[in-house]
Amino acid sequence: MAKSKARVKVPKSAKKGEIFQVKTLISHKMESGQRKNKKTGAKIPRMIINNFTCTYNGDMVIDCDWFPSISANPYLAFFVKADKSGELAFKWTDDNGKTVEKTASITVN
Amino acid sequence: MTALSRRDVLRLSGAGAAAFVASSLLPNLAAADAASTAAAIKKIIGSKTLQQGRITLELPQIAENGNTVPVGFEVQSPMIGADHVKAVHLFAEGNPEPSVASIRFSPASGRAKAATRMRLAKTQNIIAVAEMSDGSVYMAKTEVKVTIGGCGG
Repeated sequence: MAKSKARVKVPKSAKKGEIFQVKTLISHKMESGQRKNKKTGAKIPRMIINNFTCTYNGDMVIDCDWFPSISANPYLAFFVKADKSGELAFKWTDDNGKTVEKTASITVN
Repeated sequence: MTALSRRDVLRLSGAGAAAFVASSLLPNLAAADAASTAAAIKKIIGSKTLQQGRITLELPQIAENGNTVPVGFEVQSPMIGADHVKAVHLFAEGNPEPSVASIRFSPASGRAKAATRMRLAKTQNIIAVAEMSDGSVYMAKTEVKVTIGGCGG
């Protein structure tokens, strides 16, 4: 999945207890396994990102299973409650078990 | 489960010219239906009773492009250790595979709200099922009209 480019949008700082939004986007064609090769008629095998997780200082915030109905270049917006300054770690896993990881730091005051 | 009645299926199958055009573009696609969606939901919730309310779906009434339909939801919950939303499951009744996403939350989420984008093969019902930490399950259902289906073919 070396070609997949991930982007995350996390505020630089937040007040303790504040609930802030995180937006994530990764480039991936999310081949559904339903499409056929127009010339040969053969089914194009499924190849999707099937799992996405976000941890905050090591604790799980959100853990998603994705199915082929998720659009290409999957987008996910969700919320995190500010607790301590630290790191948000994002991880996408595809059908081959390959992963893309990204981190963002946040200051909580 | 009255929410997934046979009447709904019949109503959907006659849901107008737009749906007809979309589905005729996908002739050989074995689409999921209300029954297989109900089975998928049952697999997750077991014998628990689905209740209405607490969960709201944000969807367009009409999706011009079925390849990327924005979908959002929010579950009313304090999101604390003793009382939080464990997971939300999204289903699309008319797609080849009804499951869209399963999103597991934690109290660190603060709010059981999320948004993503999904593919819709044709005009159909979208169902969200929320599992609470106390074991109760809630659902919401919304119909989306799709002009051009988005599952290849």
